[in-house]
Amino acid sequence: MAATVSVPLTPRGAELRVARRRAALHWVAVHTTAIAAGLFFVLPFVFVLLTSLMTDHQALTSDLWPHEWVWSNYAEVFRTPGFLTWWRNTLLYAGLGTLLTILSSVPVAYALARFRFRGRRLALLAVISMMMLPPQVVIIPMYLFWAKQLHLGGTLWPVIIPMAFGDAFSIFLLRQFLLTIPKEYVEAARIDGCGELHTLLRVVLPMAKPAIAAVALFQFFYCWNDYFGPQIYASENPDSWTLSYGLASFKAAHHTNWNLTMAATLLVMAPVIVLFFFAQKAFIEGVTLTGVKG
Amino acid sequence: MARPVTTVPAALRRKRRREGLRTLAFLSPWLIGFGVFFAYPLVSTAYFSLMKYNGFGTPSFRGLQNWAYVFQHYPSFWQGIGNTLWLVVVMVTLRVAFGLGIGLLITRVKTGAGLFRTLFYLPYLAPPVAATMAFAFMLNPGTGPVNGLLGDLGLPQPGWFTDPEWSKPALTMLAMWGIGDLMVIFMAALLDVPREQYEAAELDGAGPWQKFRFVTFPNITPIVLFAVITGVIQTMQYYTQAIVAGKVASGVIGGSGQQFEPGYPNGSTWTLPQMVYNLGFQQGDYGSACVVALVLFALSMAFTAVLMRRKSGLLGSED
Repeated sequence: MAATVSVPLTPRGAELRVARRRAALHWVAVHTTAIAAGLFFVLPFVFVLLTSLMTDHQALTSDLWPHEWVWSNYAEVFRTPGFLTWWRNTLLYAGLGTLLTILSSVPVAYALARFRFRGRRLALLAVISMMMLPPQVVIIPMYLFWAKQLHLGGTLWPVIIPMAFGDAFSIFLLRQFLLTIPKEYVEAARIDGCGELHTLLRVVLPMAKPAIAAVALFQFFYCWNDYFGPQIYASENPDSWTLSYGLASFKAAHHTNWNLTMAATLLVMAPVIVLFFFAQKAFIEGVTLTGVKG
Repeated sequence: MARPVTTVPAALRRKRRREGLRTLAFLSPWLIGFGVFFAYPLVSTAYFSLMKYNGFGTPSFRGLQNWAYVFQHYPSFWQGIGNTLWLVVVMVTLRVAFGLGIGLLITRVKTGAGLFRTLFYLPYLAPPVAATMAFAFMLNPGTGPVNGLLGDLGLPQPGWFTDPEWSKPALTMLAMWGIGDLMVIFMAALLDVPREQYEAAELDGAGPWQKFRFVTFPNITPIVLFAVITGVIQTMQYYTQAIVAGKVASGVIGGSGQQFEPGYPNGSTWTLPQMVYNLGFQQGDYGSACVVALVLFALSMAFTAVLMRRKSGLLGSED
């Protein structure tokens, strides 16, 4: 990294040498720390992977490296009763939830960003307070509403349906982004005779793709990782369990199957990570294509 | 906004009304959501906190009896409050500090920056249940690799999730593992600091610490505040990880499945949100559950209000 150019033995040369050495030390320090941090972040994944490939017996020991590589553990997990159902439910919850969130949150964010109306500040404040509300605060009346009045207990509908009415966090993020879109685009569309809805659909939305993609991703992760919602509403009916809830109740055919439990853990972690990698590419493409700094 | 004091022509009135209706149309999903899923349940929770109700029959008025029960007789109520506050103060502070540190680190890494960024971010994506189980297994006092390494180094081997003194620190470590979200926002904030200010500081002879204190930190203060506020809100809701860690440590998960002891070990991981669940869904005492829910709400609002007093540009520019 540091060039091996001979540095003249002048006072100026000495300065240069000191500066170069300091830069090199800095590089070493930064990268050593980065590697140490990297290990902290990555080792738990490695550990889960390695344990998931051990035999039942070895998983209980303090060995770190599998003696035999039991790939069939993963097949075993898939055969666990309910595992595939959890997958299906989680995909339904996350997919439908994300779609509903986007459809309902974009118009609201647009209105909050672009329309002038009385009470706009108040509405924004209301959105922010919704963002701050712990779900446990309102869970009792909500549970009574969904389970007792609408008889939707034991299903995932009580967590999916509210997403058709906007998600405060998504609304807030989208609004912040929409504020950065220059007014000239909107005005040009208006001059061309577009109504507000058309302006939104034809002009603004294509420019907002990266933000919408980001919000969709966040919402997908939120649903995928959600434990509390499914616990409250779906726990009484194993057919409605999601991956997170199922994992927390994971008991294979026998007891203490740590290798299988770790395999299941990895299978729950993997999809979101894979999705992230794919989305990242689309994300970056979206940003560069529209030329709007995300 | 001064308006001429003349009658508003009919066409303008029509246009205004159309615009108003249009605004309403665009806002309607959220308006319904706000009413049904926020405002009404909030009022309802307050109502139920004064009632005796177990889900069957009709609620009967109890006045402040539920409140007296929760504050005076509900076991581990104060321990739960203490735990929640401990987590808010310690976990949020460490997370923000660590996030800032990692953000600073990542902006200085030259070789392999992309790889490091991805690696640092990945744990944040892990579902909380999965992440907690991974950590609980790793921090297994007997056979886990962490204690194995500590033992090899001749260091003491804490009981982590099985030790009441160490369970919350272990949860904090778990929270710091998932630092990706803070890393990203701090990274963005740090990169936004104008270079000229650094150069000016250097000309004045500032060292790295002074540069941080007088250039970096003042520029990123809004983001730090944002991180603290959202951290407090998230930690007030701390629920899943505490429960899963307790279940793994006590052998309910991956063990012979005995009854789960809340807040295991010794109530050290018992938090306010768990109380709502316990009172409402395990003991069927919806009234008292709502009392705890209101306490949770009040504390969240109090923290937020205190922190927000210092905020300014959270709402962003308005055209």
